[in-house]
Amino acid sequence: MDTTLIIGIAGILASAGPIVFAAIGETIIERAGVINLSVNGAILLTAMAGFAVGVSTGSVLLGMLAGALIGALVALIVAFASITLKQSQVAVGFVLALLCRDLAYFLGNPYMGLSGPRLPHLPIPGLADIPVLGTIFFQHDLMTYMSFVLIVLAYVYIFRTRPGLMLQGIGERPAAAYVRGANVNLLRYVYTVIGGALIGLAGPMYSLSVKAGWKGTISGLDGIGWIALALTIFGGWNPLRAALGAYFFAFLQWLGLVLQPSLPNIPSQVLQVAPFPLMILTLLLVNIGNAEWVDRTLAGLPERTRHALARVLRAMRTSPPAALGMPFEKE
Amino acid sequence: MNVELINIHKWFGPVHANDGITLKIPSGVIQGLLGENGAGKSTLMKILSGFYQADEGEIHLDGKPVKIESPADAIRHGVGMLHQDPLDFPPMRVVDNLLIGHQGGLFPNRAEAIRAMQDLQARFGFNIDPYAYVDSLTVGERQQLEIMRLLWLGARVLILDEPTTGISANQKEKLFATLRALAEQGMTVIFVSHKLEEVEELCHRVAVLRQGKLVGETTPPYRTEELVKMMFGKVVLPEDKTHFSSSDPLLRLENLSIEDYRLQIQNVTLTLHRGEVIGLAGMEGSGQRQFLQACAGIIRPVAGEIYLGEKRLTGRPYREFLEAGITYVPAARLEEGLIPGLTLTEHFVLAEPQNGLVVNRQKAAALTAQRIADFSIKGMPASTVESLSGGNQQRALLAMLRQPLNVLLLEHPTRGLDIESAIWIWGKLKERCRQGTGIIFTSADLEEILHYSDRILVFFGGKVSQPIEATKTSVEELGQLIGGKGF
Repeated sequence: MDTTLIIGIAGILASAGPIVFAAIGETIIERAGVINLSVNGAILLTAMAGFAVGVSTGSVLLGMLAGALIGALVALIVAFASITLKQSQVAVGFVLALLCRDLAYFLGNPYMGLSGPRLPHLPIPGLADIPVLGTIFFQHDLMTYMSFVLIVLAYVYIFRTRPGLMLQGIGERPAAAYVRGANVNLLRYVYTVIGGALIGLAGPMYSLSVKAGWKGTISGLDGIGWIALALTIFGGWNPLRAALGAYFFAFLQWLGLVLQPSLPNIPSQVLQVAPFPLMILTLLLVNIGNAEWVDRTLAGLPERTRHALARVLRAMRTSPPAALGMPFEKE
Repeated sequence: MNVELINIHKWFGPVHANDGITLKIPSGVIQGLLGENGAGKSTLMKILSGFYQADEGEIHLDGKPVKIESPADAIRHGVGMLHQDPLDFPPMRVVDNLLIGHQGGLFPNRAEAIRAMQDLQARFGFNIDPYAYVDSLTVGERQQLEIMRLLWLGARVLILDEPTTGISANQKEKLFATLRALAEQGMTVIFVSHKLEEVEELCHRVAVLRQGKLVGETTPPYRTEELVKMMFGKVVLPEDKTHFSSSDPLLRLENLSIEDYRLQIQNVTLTLHRGEVIGLAGMEGSGQRQFLQACAGIIRPVAGEIYLGEKRLTGRPYREFLEAGITYVPAARLEEGLIPGLTLTEHFVLAEPQNGLVVNRQKAAALTAQRIADFSIKGMPASTVESLSGGNQQRALLAMLRQPLNVLLLEHPTRGLDIESAIWIWGKLKERCRQGTGIIFTSADLEEILHYSDRILVFFGGKVSQPIEATKTSVEELGQLIGGKGF
């Protein structure tokens, strides 16, 4: 295999890491029935804070920890407002998204353009030397490995473990979960904070590794959080599908960079921004089977085409946790 | 398990929902709990199953006083409740539904759960695929699943809240057989219902509640008039069977085929006449809903033609069906029929043809007062629809229908209503028939279908029988067809 391609794939896996963390964090929160729209702001704020802590202490791990803590704190605000105060989760999350972003730009000023520590490159002895696969999977930093582990861990937890089943239950039908002995509101708090901490790791993963440094408004991180949110929804609240979406998005970004030299007529900004609309378009196509008008159109097609299409669309169909965004009160 | 409820009181604000109820239920007994909607049956059972705590009074289980703090606590004491709408997780698999809330290690033992489930299935003659998704099951099967789950968790008292609502005649027989078997094995079964025949058929003893009070207890042989008198305080008689069917064709279906991802309905040819009532019988989910929705223009049929008189409606948008005087009244009143949060007045205003931008308050008030009187809705003009009882919601839905109407498509028009409301609703529907409206309706209650229909279609797994004259058939014959015999 071509070396540039192999390195390219490895790069995609690494640069998708933070998005994987954010999308899975959000997936866990929404599985519990809470909508957290603050992701975009939280990523920016934790990127800045993680970098600031990293610069001040010289420790990348403390930087990561600061990100997780701040992410958990932001999520805690969402949880308190929506679960305890029973306020609109959409409004609270949205305002937090804006607030955290502006806070990041404002508080981050003193750290603009400073050089800081980076997550060390950590090839895994033995495995790293395997041809092709070694380069792709085993020559990353710690957090990229963690992103691989997280995908598997989250998937197994949600779909295979007893508490994971209850997690699905509290987002699906809290009344039924309550009857089965769950403390619905407490669990929602716990999962919102855990998911928030995962989202909070995404920020420092950028500022201490993938896009090291803090450059304020030109850090190029604004918008990533919204992509993570879209991945959660269009990934059907499944960590595996959300992660696949994250890799696809990273692939589109990489493509933009690779194609730039061969497409001199297209302004570079277009190629930088193109992944966002392309991503949304893809996600729309993946989920087109959820729409009612599609059913109506299908009914007018000849039988064979109709059956084939219906099967494909059904396989891609997803449905949100039924109690998403709804506060729970026993009666 | 012996259950004793002693002097139970419960207030909701000024409403005295349970007023000093004392009831002893020995183990091995199927105890019926009869009463109108709002009589306090559900409140009492929710107190026993831990949803509410009584304001006064005690619960004794096997002679010991207990405090039941939550539904999970109740099941630890051996009290399990099957809710009218089974409290399960529709998009998840059957086996996962069993496992949620079951204690154990991090990784649930699916094999063990399936083994336990298969044992219970064998015991009661159930047949549910452990790997099926719950939303592909019928309401009856979901009840069976809940019963198995509660037994698996060690329930020795089983409370069933209106369990026969929305299940087929066959499933009802199976449910009753199961409950009898459980009682023989020493379980205590509490059967909450407002359906007299069922309670008379099944229960060893019956307690009747009215307006929060226990008004009486009886044992077999039951006298229906006595029970009715206890329930309502007066005797209601079913009205005469009247028919207004004509030979004037109204809605014509020619070789209609409908498909959705679960089910195919093929080549239905049917003519609905003016004033005629056609009942659709069959297990829940056999295609009746899709059929009604295709007639209403909500689902587009994949083949065939729909005519109203000479007007071809096939494939036209829903709005044109509405304009042609075809109206569909779905079963889920609050989800699909009414708008929770809006008041009765707002509903009636919305349903009227639009005149100008601003609502004329005086006219709206007059209209609402008149409708409330005409349809004897128990509610104020400013009452939100979700605060009304099921019967009154159904009345409000009927009050919103346009005048005149050609075709009325009704899904379970009397589901969950007490006898009085059901009879009243049918009176209003028959009034429509007299004016020339044709009605197609579904029901899980075969007696209702036989009583009110002129002709009957039986659905079985998407197959549709030829129209059967209601006067030339019987519950038994329909029951056989519903079970798939004769297709």
